[in-house]
Amino acid sequence: MTEPTIYELSSPGRTGVTFPNPDVPCVQLPENLLRKDLPLPELAEVDVVRHYINLSKYNYSVDGGFYPLGSCTMKYNPKINEDTARLPGFAFTHPLQPIETVQGNLALMYTLQEWLKEITGFTALSLQPAAGAHGELTGVLIMRAYHKDRGDVKRIKMLIPDSAHGTNPASSAMSSLEVVQVPSDARGNVDLAALKAACDDTTVGLMLTNPNTLGLFDEHLEQVIKIVHDCGGLVYGDGANLNALLGILRPADVGIDVMHLNLHKTFSTPHGGGGPGSGPVGVTEKLADFLPGPLVGIVEEGADDEPPLFGFVTPKKTIGRVKAFHGHFGMLVRAYTYIAMHGPDGLRQISEYAVLNANYIKARLKGVYTVPFDRICMHEFVAEGQWADAPGIRALDVAKRLMDYDFHPPTNYFPLIVHEALMIEPTETENKGTLDAFSDALIKIAAEAKATPDLLHEAPHKTPFGRMDEVKAARELVLCCWLPEDYDKK
Amino acid sequence: MNIPTNLKYTKTDEWFDPATGAMGLSDYAQGQLSDIVFVEIVVGIGETVEPGKAIASVESVKAAAETYASASGKVVAVNEDLSGNPEILNKDPYNRGWMVKVEGADASGLMDAAAYTKYCEERAH
Amino acid sequence: MTYIPHSPKEREAMLAAIGVKSLEDLFKDIPARHRFPKLALPPALTEMEAAAELDELSIGNENVRTDLVSFLGAGAYNHYIPAAVDHILRRGEFYTAYTPYQPEISQGTLQAVFEYQSLICALTGMEVSNASHYDGATAVAEAANMAYAQFRGKRNKVVISPTVHPQYRETMRTYVQGMNLELAGDDPKANLEAGPEMLEGLVDENTALLIVQYPDFFGRVYDFTSLIERAHGKGALVCVAANPTALALFKTPGEMGADIVVGEGQPLGIPLSFGGPYLGFFTTRKQYIHKMAGRLVGETVDNRGQRAFVLTLTAREQHIKRERAISNICSNEGLLALAAAVYLSLLGQTGLRQVAELCYHKAHYAAEKISKIKGYSLCFDAPFFHEFSVCCPKPVVKINETLLEHGFLGGYDLGQDYPALKDHMLIAVTEMNTREEIDALVDILAEVNHD
Repeated sequence: MTEPTIYELSSPGRTGVTFPNPDVPCVQLPENLLRKDLPLPELAEVDVVRHYINLSKYNYSVDGGFYPLGSCTMKYNPKINEDTARLPGFAFTHPLQPIETVQGNLALMYTLQEWLKEITGFTALSLQPAAGAHGELTGVLIMRAYHKDRGDVKRIKMLIPDSAHGTNPASSAMSSLEVVQVPSDARGNVDLAALKAACDDTTVGLMLTNPNTLGLFDEHLEQVIKIVHDCGGLVYGDGANLNALLGILRPADVGIDVMHLNLHKTFSTPHGGGGPGSGPVGVTEKLADFLPGPLVGIVEEGADDEPPLFGFVTPKKTIGRVKAFHGHFGMLVRAYTYIAMHGPDGLRQISEYAVLNANYIKARLKGVYTVPFDRICMHEFVAEGQWADAPGIRALDVAKRLMDYDFHPPTNYFPLIVHEALMIEPTETENKGTLDAFSDALIKIAAEAKATPDLLHEAPHKTPFGRMDEVKAARELVLCCWLPEDYDKK
Repeated sequence: MNIPTNLKYTKTDEWFDPATGAMGLSDYAQGQLSDIVFVEIVVGIGETVEPGKAIASVESVKAAAETYASASGKVVAVNEDLSGNPEILNKDPYNRGWMVKVEGADASGLMDAAAYTKYCEERAH
Repeated sequence: MTYIPHSPKEREAMLAAIGVKSLEDLFKDIPARHRFPKLALPPALTEMEAAAELDELSIGNENVRTDLVSFLGAGAYNHYIPAAVDHILRRGEFYTAYTPYQPEISQGTLQAVFEYQSLICALTGMEVSNASHYDGATAVAEAANMAYAQFRGKRNKVVISPTVHPQYRETMRTYVQGMNLELAGDDPKANLEAGPEMLEGLVDENTALLIVQYPDFFGRVYDFTSLIERAHGKGALVCVAANPTALALFKTPGEMGADIVVGEGQPLGIPLSFGGPYLGFFTTRKQYIHKMAGRLVGETVDNRGQRAFVLTLTAREQHIKRERAISNICSNEGLLALAAAVYLSLLGQTGLRQVAELCYHKAHYAAEKISKIKGYSLCFDAPFFHEFSVCCPKPVVKINETLLEHGFLGGYDLGQDYPALKDHMLIAVTEMNTREEIDALVDILAEVNHD
């Protein structure tokens, strides 16, 4: 049952949204600069609306069900955030308006900067980066700039644990740094001996996700940080897993020097099917001058009755801007709303219940799924989707079969250090009933894996679409349902 | 698993043919990668290669890997067929799937077929 | 107010199942002296209170729909957004969905992105589009990354026209500090009167990429066909950063021979929103596809024979290639790509052309009238689309102050970025500006010169 594409639905002569005739005299268009035709579809508004509504029916979403994707923090996206972000006073302001006309926006950004600093312990913070990976690139460039500024040009190596998300080494490579992998020990912590051996005067720093991608809080965190600092390196914190630490630990307090946050994970801004996100970057005092500019600051102090005048300030040794304009303002409004509603106690509860929920599922699955590191986990944990007595069954099969139980599968095949990994992160907004239903489904699937493995191999059965021919998709590339005229002749 | 006895092998799953100077990736490697969708030879004719230097970048549906030179030498031929037909590497990694040919090759330190077979068996768990 | 559903009874049952006594017991691994910090944040608000607080903040701004008449562009444009766009964006199935890694239950997102890719190709005249980059500026930076990878590091110079948006050039400078790339042409003191031919001298055998903007930052429209031919003659690739509304009327960069066409998609149904989130579109030719960053949706079939869509060529991306990936990009602008697709579908050929023609004619009407005011003149001769540069008799800051007093948002002060362009204002006119507003603008500008 497939929905035609927008081009297939198009019919010559149909018009959708049209505009008034010009109320000014028309002038001659420059003939030699014009395009000949505009091959966009022709549909009436009802056709367009139906098309997209029909497409939406094929999507699983948080609003529709449980999404235990490890490292993604698929928590409920509050609807009030959608309303506040759309207030005309926010939505219809131009980024280049004079600052006097956007004091509301600037006050919001300034306050959010302050709140995020308070939550993380950092001294300074930029709201500019557009996503987590963008924040990572920003952080890595800041680390490079810091060393360069001190004349320390030997430092070209970034240490990255083997459990790290791919964006960590990719961001380092984009900054022309060499990536040195650091192994994990038997309990899932950074291997201290290996770290010590790798740290020297060519080390820019360590990129650390903590809790790590196994959902484990590093048992030697302060030692890890000390080892890196002792050799003159900096510690970058990947904030993807901050949902376990709100009101529990401030990363800067334990010595993290620079960290990005994911507003679309921890702070409830919606994932949108692949963005927009937002990746603010916080730094300690010694890195504050290197942040991307502009930041929002107070350009004129307020008095008793007068609020301060907010404006833009550029850090003294800024690495420069990392995108146009000021950052993903629409997502900042959502995060502001979220933090304002939770307050300090609410934020701590988020992490407490996120961790409670993950440990509960882990406890329910005990004995049925192997969890390689059997410690109290944080907000997520990794289980193996394989059994010795279910030969041929892989994590992929478990994941696909979960869809038949109306659940979105957990993250598959990450982190790389666990075979047939299933990374489960329930988040705090799921109730016990959902967690039990999910655990029950996983336990049933484990039994099916041994008794009726084909049920898994051929899953999903009940979804509108089945497994995809990904080889065909890659070998016979069809990326467009419109092609330029001479396409076949190339 | 196909491990021709006339070829030599590296620990990173490349093969070398001392008779022709040709090299490429092994049957084990293509099996690990599964359906290959993209191959880019990253060295040109006239360049020198040595073990550890990448000769090709290979992408499959789910994985990516670099293929390294299995021996030292000067590149004298590059397989132009691969970019348009990456599946050759899956179907015929040792013959039509050759990547580059070198001359003046030094093939010391490579495993023979028996040693490579043992090495592959040890890795499978 | 929180969104946490647990009752105390449920919590106790769960703690028991885990085998701990309290929530605090779950955090034993946290270093004791740093555990449970007291956060100095305002106390929690209910939804009702938060709504009031945000409302209060929002009215601390003057916006371009209810408070100000805007003639400001410079990379972000006030266009009309049809009601149906947000209606679709607010479907929870779209905005609360994740990246479509499980295609069986994500065909909504996947097909919508496939259609977006197709629409952007149609608009730019190119062969393949990715699922989006963050914005126009980062799309330009990624184009440089892509070109560098295409030449496997053997060419390490990128030439960028000084008439590319200043913030895009600044973003490039930031990205390039981490790369082994030399940036040339980025000189705001260069001869801005000259056309794009002036860049030819900078393109040599070491150039990986030449970057130009269409229309350029001053609003000028040039045909880059021969410039692109000459650059190709030196073996360099060419990237054109294009305005998508302009592409409804003007010759596509694809037709001119561009290798990469990128741009800012905000004009396609995305609100100004104080600068973000926006949409970077990125297109290229099929032969370069393996060096293109970003997600790609391709067509295939499922195991029941149904046509379906799936993320493809994923081995290019960071989660597989890691330090060998060309780019680290992960989350992009998925929901805004949907917005652009919906906008383009709703307007279609007819509607988009109408918008472009309205922008063109209104801008030319405004330019004509302004050029007739004593003390004002148009700075450049070249054809333009919806933005043009005006040489003013007084500093732009002063003129804009007066305009603001009348409730008008004036154009961009070009002197901020280009020392030779003091007292030059970049004015943008869109379909949202009425003739009355333009006439009023002209009157106020005339008034300013009399003081």
